[in-house]
Amino acid sequence: MAKKLLLEKDHVEGIRHFDVYRREGGYAAVEKALKMEPAAIVEEVKKSGLRGRGGAGFPSGLKWSFLAKPEGVPRYLVCNADESEPGTFKDRYLMEFLPHLLIEGLIVSSFALGSNRTYIYIRGEYAWIVGILEQAIAEAKQNGFLGKNILGTGFDCEIYVQRGAGAYICGEETALIESLEGKRGNPRIKPPFPAIKGLWDCPTVVNNVETLAAVVPIINMGGEEYAKIGVGRSTGTKLISACGNINKPGVYEIDMTISVEEFIYSDEYCGGIANGKKLKACIPGGSSVPILPANLLLTTAKGEPRLMNYESLSDGGFATGSMMGSGGFIVLDEDQCIVRHTLTLARFYRHESCGQCSPCREGTGWVEKILTKIENGKGAISDIDLLWDIQRKIEGNTICPLGDAAAWPVAAAIRHFRDEFEWHVNNPELCLTQNHGLAHYADPIHVPA
Amino acid sequence: MVKFSEDKLKEVQSMIDRYPEGKQKSALIPLLHLAQEEFGGWLSAETMDYVGSLLGIEPIEVYEVATFYSMYNLKPVGKHVFEVCHTGPCMLKGSDDIIGYIKSTLGIKVGETTADGMFTLKTVECLGACGYAPMMQMGIDYREHLTEARVDEIIAACRNKQQKTSKA
Repeated sequence: MAKKLLLEKDHVEGIRHFDVYRREGGYAAVEKALKMEPAAIVEEVKKSGLRGRGGAGFPSGLKWSFLAKPEGVPRYLVCNADESEPGTFKDRYLMEFLPHLLIEGLIVSSFALGSNRTYIYIRGEYAWIVGILEQAIAEAKQNGFLGKNILGTGFDCEIYVQRGAGAYICGEETALIESLEGKRGNPRIKPPFPAIKGLWDCPTVVNNVETLAAVVPIINMGGEEYAKIGVGRSTGTKLISACGNINKPGVYEIDMTISVEEFIYSDEYCGGIANGKKLKACIPGGSSVPILPANLLLTTAKGEPRLMNYESLSDGGFATGSMMGSGGFIVLDEDQCIVRHTLTLARFYRHESCGQCSPCREGTGWVEKILTKIENGKGAISDIDLLWDIQRKIEGNTICPLGDAAAWPVAAAIRHFRDEFEWHVNNPELCLTQNHGLAHYADPIHVPA
Repeated sequence: MVKFSEDKLKEVQSMIDRYPEGKQKSALIPLLHLAQEEFGGWLSAETMDYVGSLLGIEPIEVYEVATFYSMYNLKPVGKHVFEVCHTGPCMLKGSDDIIGYIKSTLGIKVGETTADGMFTLKTVECLGACGYAPMMQMGIDYREHLTEARVDEIIAACRNKQQKTSKA
């Protein structure tokens, strides 16, 4: 059984409430941290090697150290709870079942960064979780962990929950800030980065829910101890939300030393492919990251077992690898159609493009239209090349990463499953009624029996 | 005329108080949620203008936000809105069949409302319930692990509730 740092107590009865959470050792990190120098807390997070858990994987301590501290200007910490990357539902689980863990992480982080007014920006659809978080905030306040002069240290902090209203783009930190200011979620041009000019033009740090929750064990055990868990630059534990055609979908906390094969087939995690089917493909880190066929998913191009961590998942670059991303692990069985699946993702990105940059606004629409054509048996071989060309023109040509996120799934689907796109074009009648199974591949995808 | 009750106005003030002085525009998104709940499940131009007046901002500042976010309804909707997710992970678990079943059961297309004004069917993009797919949102609640039988139960429960309310 892997070591759990975040979800260890998720099944303790009543853990949503302050008294139970406290009895189980909760808020010890606040007591410890508030006796430390803020800079020392930042140092612990740096030592821990913690990387942003929202998708980008940027070192969190380093991000914190960029925060500008001009005299007389407020600084803000904003928690990004706009979890919207298809396949990702880990933050929801954490907030729903362990709200005090997030609040505790937020208090410690607010103290470290000097934020007296901290916001949790939660996606609008998670409406019922707003009440759970507000309850936890109220309880923490009643017990002296929030509000004025916390634990007699002179530190004041309030946490507010802000609901979004349905926009994937607000997970991008500058779009989130715009939305928090009561505007459309249009990402800003960077620089300046939020650390210099963020919310209301003040220095701001935006961190993912899981990242902020991880600050609690880091303070409790010390950054160096935390860094001993995991492997290489993948330190600590990671929450993975697993979904698709598996026996046990759900949220799992993993130690980043386990293999992808173990994660999929072990009963401790996904429990294998549902209905006795074979594994065809998987998107290991949320819909934006490259899809991999079963063989490349389980084994790197070098022939080594692929592990569930940042380095191993990206081994081989985009040619033969993928990314850890947000930890949204989407599994496709042998009956699934790659064209159809890619089309749903293309539709998602077209719907969610904010419309500021032409390559993304126009390109995502074209990609959806062409994929619709191919899926419906009306495509030509030249359409596949056109898709490739369009995604190349979106990637890197937009002010925020949504463009890349829209381009990568299309590129990877064509890169690894071109046979299947061609089969659609060459079998316009069949593709309407049949799924393109593993058998159609010239070079069959090798999967474990 | 569109106007919040005294109680709701207190709630409005507490929303505005979450932000530093002069930054009350930040309350726009939460206020539009509140207005949509209070004023018939959608945002009319009158409602949006009213929200703008509460925050001291121009109507256009409200319109541009209301039209950007997918949770705001810009035209009237049925009493119960079924928002069925059809992005990749839900598709893998049969969301297209669920949408087809709801369409045939209610006799409406996506985007339409039943003649009795009871149900509206919409499709939405990923709602973060991928492990519990297929799913839909109904008001503030999620309905997960949908099957045809489960859809039947949900529709029947909505109809029963309606009958009870009209009898009372």
